[in-house]
Amino acid sequence: MTLTPGFADPVPDAQSCFRALLEAMARPGRVQRIKALPEAPVPLAPAAAAALLTLADAETPVWTDGGPAAEAWLRFHAGCPLVAGPGDAAFLLAVGGMPALASLEAGTEEEPHRSATLILQVAALEQGEGWHLSGPGIEHVHRLRVEGLPPGFLAEWSANAARFPRGADLLLCAGTRLAALPRTTRIEEAG
Amino acid sequence: MTALGYNFGYLDENTKRMIRRALLKAVAIPGHQVPFGAREMPLPYGWGTGGIAVTASVIGASDRLKVIDQGADDTTNAVSIRRFFARVAGVETTERTTDATIIQTRHRIPETPLREGQILVYQVPMPEPLFRLEPRVAETKRMHALADYGLMHVKLYEDIARHGHVAISYNYPVLVGGRYLMSPSPIPAFDNPKMDRMPALQLFGAGREKRIYAVPPYTAVRSLDFEDHPFQPVRADAPCALCGSRESYLDEVVVDDRGGRMFVCSDTDYCSTRQSHQEAAE
Ligand SMILES: [Zn+2]
Repeated sequence: MTLTPGFADPVPDAQSCFRALLEAMARPGRVQRIKALPEAPVPLAPAAAAALLTLADAETPVWTDGGPAAEAWLRFHAGCPLVAGPGDAAFLLAVGGMPALASLEAGTEEEPHRSATLILQVAALEQGEGWHLSGPGIEHVHRLRVEGLPPGFLAEWSANAARFPRGADLLLCAGTRLAALPRTTRIEEAG
Repeated sequence: MTALGYNFGYLDENTKRMIRRALLKAVAIPGHQVPFGAREMPLPYGWGTGGIAVTASVIGASDRLKVIDQGADDTTNAVSIRRFFARVAGVETTERTTDATIIQTRHRIPETPLREGQILVYQVPMPEPLFRLEPRVAETKRMHALADYGLMHVKLYEDIARHGHVAISYNYPVLVGGRYLMSPSPIPAFDNPKMDRMPALQLFGAGREKRIYAVPPYTAVRSLDFEDHPFQPVRADAPCALCGSRESYLDEVVVDDRGGRMFVCSDTDYCSTRQSHQEAAE
């Protein structure tokens, strides 16, 4: 199996991807486009692969359902250990379906930051339509339409929010685009 | 300043990644202190290592950096931090609040309102707002977990009983997002209202304690108070002697060797911008 390359210029590429991630997390529902992308193997979305290259390393156990090519690529370029159980991961990269949010590490009341970040590949992301988002990072309301989420997603999300400050955080990726839902974001369906 | 310049690769990529992970969790849990396990920083504490570590993990070649120390761009500390990042990150620097994408600060928030697209990085000497009241770290962690801030309310109440008002003029404790008690760093209480629902992202770095915390944009930041003793930001009752501002935070400076004093804006960019507008209008 031949490995495709990671970031072309790792230091500035990771920096610009991190700024997009920080902006995404600070302004939930605003869609960011990742500019410097690695050549991620199928089935990884370039934005999802870039996020993991930016954040994961030997200290962060990663879970993925992306298959052998994705696993080999992550092991080589990020140097991260891969784990079999979603509950054991600091980062999860889900391409085939969403692991149950309740099964992810949520941290403790004293250390809620020791919680998982789920990078979820979805079919499409569009801001300005769809859900109404509110919470920290949002002046009045942000709107976000996400295609490709499981039917029970909103119920799982409100259960995740109910255990604040514990909880998982979510990065939604579609192609080269990405939006974040930190645990503080409240979602209302478009009426 | 060689103390800042000797280590060209100030933070390695592993350290940056660790700090970046901590920053994202800090934004996700507004006001909660996230520890980061960085090795020793190649700088003496007191130089703003925490703020520098955060800035170094965030900054990129397209940023424009402003650094202030007590409101001034021209102190030794501010100048050397600015030069350091110009050299190691190749970024442009500025003294203009409106032109900056990242502002690293010690002890002030600029008078000019910050906007989306800007990041304010605070240098924090002591991140734990309860440390004077409860020195045991395990206890303060438990209090934050339970949102049990009775100790702080008692302290403020005792202040009011003794002095008739809360006797805290710097580092006045705030509640973030209605949940976490947070130290705003030693900014004057006058600056506290600027933190509330600020459009810019606010990041806090404590180097010695190795903690990071954050206030996302448009997040409620409330200075602790009581219904019958509402929080009141204090300002010297005088206009700035240089620009005439009655809104800005003032420093009292000695102007001659006979004890003459005057009040001037602590924010040097705000003050000089006002003065140049006044000259242009004359
Ligand atoms: Zn002035």
